[in-house]
Amino acid sequence: MEQPLTQHINLDDPPAIDAYQRVGGYAALIKTLKEHTPMDIQQQVQASELKGRGGAGFSTAQKWSFVPMGADAPHPKYLIANADEMEPGTFKDRLLLEGNPHQLLEGMILAAYAIQADIAYIFLRWAYRRAAALLRKSIDEAYHAGYLGKNILGSGWSLQLHLHTGVGRYMCGEETALLNALEGKRATPRAKPPFPAVSGLFGKPTIVNNVETLCCIPSIVNNGAAWFKGLGRGKEGGTKLYGVSGRVNRSGCWEFPMGITVRELLDHAGGMKSGYRLKGFLPGGASTDFLTEQHLDTAMDFASMAAAGSRLGTGTMVILDDATCPVGFVHNLQHFFAQESCGWCTPCREGLPWVEKILLSIERGEASAEDIELLHMHTRFLGPGHTFCALAPGAMEPLQSALRFFKDDFDQHITEKKCPYGNHLHR
Amino acid sequence: MATIYIDNRPYEAAAGKNLLETCLGIGLDLPYFCWHPALGSVGACRQCAVKLFRDEKDDKGKLVISCMENVKDGMRVSISDKTAVAFRAQVIEWLMTNHPHDCPVCDEGGSCHLQDMTVMTGHDYRRYRYKKRTYENQNLGPFVHHEMNRCIQCYRCVRFYHDYAGGNDLGVFAAHNHVYFGRETNGVLESPFSGNLVEVCPTGVFTDKLMKDHYTRKWDLSSAPSICQHCSLGCNTFAGERYGQLRLITNRYNSEVNGYFLCDRGRFGYPFVNSDNRVTRPLVRGRTVEAVDEESLTARLGELLAGPKLIGIGSPRASMESNFALRQLVGGDNFYQGLPQDASYLAKMVTDMLATASTPSLKEIEAADAVLVLGEDIWNTAPIMALAVRQAVLRTAGEQARQPLQVPAWNDLALREAMQEKKGFLANLTVVPTPLDDLAAFALREPPDTISRLGFAVAHAIDPARPGLPEMTTAMRSVVNAIAGALRNARRPVIISGVSCYNEGIIKAAYTIAAALDAQGPKARVAYVLPECNSMGLTMMNAPPLESAMADVRSNPGSTVIILENDLYRRLSEKWVDAFLDAGKNIIVLDSMNNRTTERAHVLLPAATFAESDGTILNYEGRAQEFIQALVPPTNIRASWKWLEKMKRLRTVAGNGQEYHPDGLLRQLEATLPQFNGIARTTPPHDFRVNGQPIPREPQRYSGRTAMLADQNVAEPRPPQDLDSPLVFSMEGYPGIPPPPLIPFYWAPGWNSVQSLNKYQREPGGALREGYPGVRIAGEAGSGAAPVFTDIPEAFEPRKEKWLLLPQYHLFGSDELSIYSPGVHRLAPQPYLGLCASDANDLGLSEEDEVFLWLDGKAWAFSLTVPKGLCPGIALLPAGLPGMPVPEWGSWVKITSTEGEDADETTNGSKIF
Repeated sequence: MEQPLTQHINLDDPPAIDAYQRVGGYAALIKTLKEHTPMDIQQQVQASELKGRGGAGFSTAQKWSFVPMGADAPHPKYLIANADEMEPGTFKDRLLLEGNPHQLLEGMILAAYAIQADIAYIFLRWAYRRAAALLRKSIDEAYHAGYLGKNILGSGWSLQLHLHTGVGRYMCGEETALLNALEGKRATPRAKPPFPAVSGLFGKPTIVNNVETLCCIPSIVNNGAAWFKGLGRGKEGGTKLYGVSGRVNRSGCWEFPMGITVRELLDHAGGMKSGYRLKGFLPGGASTDFLTEQHLDTAMDFASMAAAGSRLGTGTMVILDDATCPVGFVHNLQHFFAQESCGWCTPCREGLPWVEKILLSIERGEASAEDIELLHMHTRFLGPGHTFCALAPGAMEPLQSALRFFKDDFDQHITEKKCPYGNHLHR
Repeated sequence: MATIYIDNRPYEAAAGKNLLETCLGIGLDLPYFCWHPALGSVGACRQCAVKLFRDEKDDKGKLVISCMENVKDGMRVSISDKTAVAFRAQVIEWLMTNHPHDCPVCDEGGSCHLQDMTVMTGHDYRRYRYKKRTYENQNLGPFVHHEMNRCIQCYRCVRFYHDYAGGNDLGVFAAHNHVYFGRETNGVLESPFSGNLVEVCPTGVFTDKLMKDHYTRKWDLSSAPSICQHCSLGCNTFAGERYGQLRLITNRYNSEVNGYFLCDRGRFGYPFVNSDNRVTRPLVRGRTVEAVDEESLTARLGELLAGPKLIGIGSPRASMESNFALRQLVGGDNFYQGLPQDASYLAKMVTDMLATASTPSLKEIEAADAVLVLGEDIWNTAPIMALAVRQAVLRTAGEQARQPLQVPAWNDLALREAMQEKKGFLANLTVVPTPLDDLAAFALREPPDTISRLGFAVAHAIDPARPGLPEMTTAMRSVVNAIAGALRNARRPVIISGVSCYNEGIIKAAYTIAAALDAQGPKARVAYVLPECNSMGLTMMNAPPLESAMADVRSNPGSTVIILENDLYRRLSEKWVDAFLDAGKNIIVLDSMNNRTTERAHVLLPAATFAESDGTILNYEGRAQEFIQALVPPTNIRASWKWLEKMKRLRTVAGNGQEYHPDGLLRQLEATLPQFNGIARTTPPHDFRVNGQPIPREPQRYSGRTAMLADQNVAEPRPPQDLDSPLVFSMEGYPGIPPPPLIPFYWAPGWNSVQSLNKYQREPGGALREGYPGVRIAGEAGSGAAPVFTDIPEAFEPRKEKWLLLPQYHLFGSDELSIYSPGVHRLAPQPYLGLCASDANDLGLSEEDEVFLWLDGKAWAFSLTVPKGLCPGIALLPAGLPGMPVPEWGSWVKITSTEGEDADETTNGSKIF
């Protein structure tokens, strides 16, 4: 099984530039700058059908294709690595950042070359301090090696790359809020259109790609699009970092071919801890719909997960076991989302705290059937198209599916006027 | 034009507007919060959601936010769609979860956009049963009250304060449902436009602090259309009365002038009307000063007016009616401007320029694509013009940024991201730094003569036929060429100048630049800021200056001097005014406030303020606008023109004089002084009626009419009569929208806040349904021969031990009447003398040291300030502060670090304070 993303990862001793180069690192960059035009790289990524690994699964090459190219294009153009990994249950980018930072840098430089960017930023989650230190060191090394800076490898093309650490807002993972934050403004989302590819950071063409997406690029360039496509199980190519957390025997994050089944992933995590049964799971982070046992044989790719009624999201699964109260579980998620709302639009700013409070009252046995109705109303009115960005619709995904799959649990809280799981929340 | 279908009914609409403004323009009710016609759309509140359908077969549709949707031909939308209706009600329910529901004790209650929108959506039952979020409020200074618990987070306040007006001390703090709008700490809001928060806020977070001192529900005000009296821009206002007091000034929309906004001096400068310092009774000075009844007053006036000669002193803060009535009383040859020679000369020069130059309205300034400010500190002398310049600079950048991206002009959020820090062209050439510098491509600090020279050099660079400077430094040349290039390339360049530098070269240079730009066809506009609300009107009367009256008085020893609303001690030196008043045998003064001049009156007549009388004034562009009486003063107080009419009747054969209404006076003015042709059209005449009905000053919701005076007499008194305007002191009269000059308040069914203005406009943000109030009677490019100026001043050279004395105007402090507002008084500076750092150093002085200014042989002690950017050789003194000496501005003065170093002059010197 090929593991291009993780094969050289070493968490104890992350490869410095020499070690990275010894295993073929920066070869893709050297080859590209010698032999390929920016459009060559765009076409190669287009042919690989790489989809963004940040959660939405949008075609990477198509996103790039909106960037104005040629002599008349506005400059500077920007390439940004979205490393603001704050989705609850998601820790896949961290592995890449802490295990092999140069792989990200090489991917970024290649992507920047493809869109002819002049400046690149890594927008890193504040709490990833280990990654920050590593990236700083790695960026210095790349400058010294001539992979960054003016006239890279004599190509005539220059790129400046900076590390920017956020202050710990989930909102900054939304690409336009990230741009505002990077500009020193409040992290509220922007109106689209215009899209960042046309008018992004400081009003210039900008591409924001997820860390894992960017890390896929060196191997695509090295091995070709057909190879990349062939890595996947089904129609969607490449490998994917999958994670499992919850009451399993071995939680963690691993690289597998795109499209392995839920069951395979759970098996890899060693199955449920003894004494616990699987009640449901969020397949791709906190903002995806619950799936249950009936979906164990569903492939974990974008299309299959959508067909099953959820989303692949970040591919990092969160397990709900039979001893954990689903209401408390969802309440905890909603507490996070309510707190991370940026406060820009009414439904999200005012709706999420209300949802959180209702869930708490249900958990405490202080709710009525009308409260369930209010939750249903919120899942509709905080859905896509009603709010300014995708934060609240994402928050509603686990809630709406919990209301469906775990209806009995909700009803039991209401009728018994207490949490049947014995939860006593007093927040 | 496009055809759009709203709930299956076709409407004609302008393509490219947003759907919300289109619906409102059609007259449909669609609730909103974050959108504002002057601020554009940001899509934050989600209140204006409607359903959008793909085509007529689509019966499902999708929810869209109407303020963020472009109107397209054939578009099908539904306001009444069930989901859309439910969602809009839900948005209100969300907004209300934390709202304190304290309407009964909220200043905004009953005139609140949040209340109106709540009712409009039908939300009436609260399901949220948890604790509300609360905030701590801040003390934001004397004008604006803060009550954050009422906030519904529409973001309008910061979008106005920061984005629109450029203020940096009010912001958004925190996140999620704890976002907080305020300052970092307690403190006075720094922006001179802070009062607009009161109108921009859709609920009671920001309210008018002055009104708290004499609160009344806004629908209980008896209101009239008014004109701001505190600078030469002529911003339109509403003046609201209750219990005989002026209690509120709010913005009155005029699409050509002030649009939606006022400055804080205009909004909060009115307390002089209610001041204890008012002249309230006619006084006659015999051996003592006595208040007199009408009969003895008439007798005394009769004696004085029977004298051989009357000399009239007019005023730039009195109306056309009053100035003209005075002129009629004393005769054209005996009427003087009441302005010193220098100010009068410069103002005359401005009116002469406007005979052949085209001057921009504030709306036209907002639309300028390049602006050059020459010498005038408009931030302090004409604040709303500075705000217009800011919009010009931002709009130009916005237009450039949005077009390639196809961002609609109304999409403020996308526009601001696209334009980033880009700015249109502004060059701000002033004596000291001003807040406009932040926007300027070139912000230069130079002495007035140098500013004038630069102006001439710019004109020469645009049109080499104009005279240039023999030599310039390379740096100077590149600035001149850049300014000239930007103006030449602009399609709508505006040059702004004024008289506050007391420098005619600046006025000429501004004109010359505009003329040079017009060489290839007319496009340039030039605006001159004047000092006072009716400086333009007074100047256009072409009367001689104050100094000339001295000779007249001296050669006619028995003459009676009539001084109209003019404190001469603010015009000329104490020595001169004392001599003048000593020379006049009889002095009659008409004024509203007691001052040093009224102290010298033999007969003092209590004059009505703008709030108590009707009058017409001409703004900087020659736009005649009328203010109409809002309140009935105590019987002894009358409009000056009424007193003067009375005097005229006394002077002619008793009882034989004709009584005039303001419109009659204006018609007579047109006949007498043809330069005022058209002024009588400013406002409909006093007998104007709509459907036979007068216009009520009181809205339909006015309450307490029968109870207000019940403590004195249970019988309801007959309402006061107004014979001079089409307005009545009553709720009864024409219930519809009157013609623009007569609109006394905004109200529409279901729209009880200021946002009901939408219903008075052709479209939101557009003209009022019947145009705009006021008439331009000057300043539209005339046909006379354009003057050519070749007298470029010599380069400024600092002199040894002498300084060029210039006024520094202060928004709060320099104006004579607004200083009676305690808040204005608090924000006014202490007296100071400003010198540049090197001059201060040469005198061995530093900031806050005592420094002595010598005027007429007297030493005046001041605290020294060292303004940044001030050039050597110039001394600055704050203009117009109470108790300050009145120097000859633009003259060279002596300044010393000690009181008695110069033997000749200290002999006469005396320290005043």
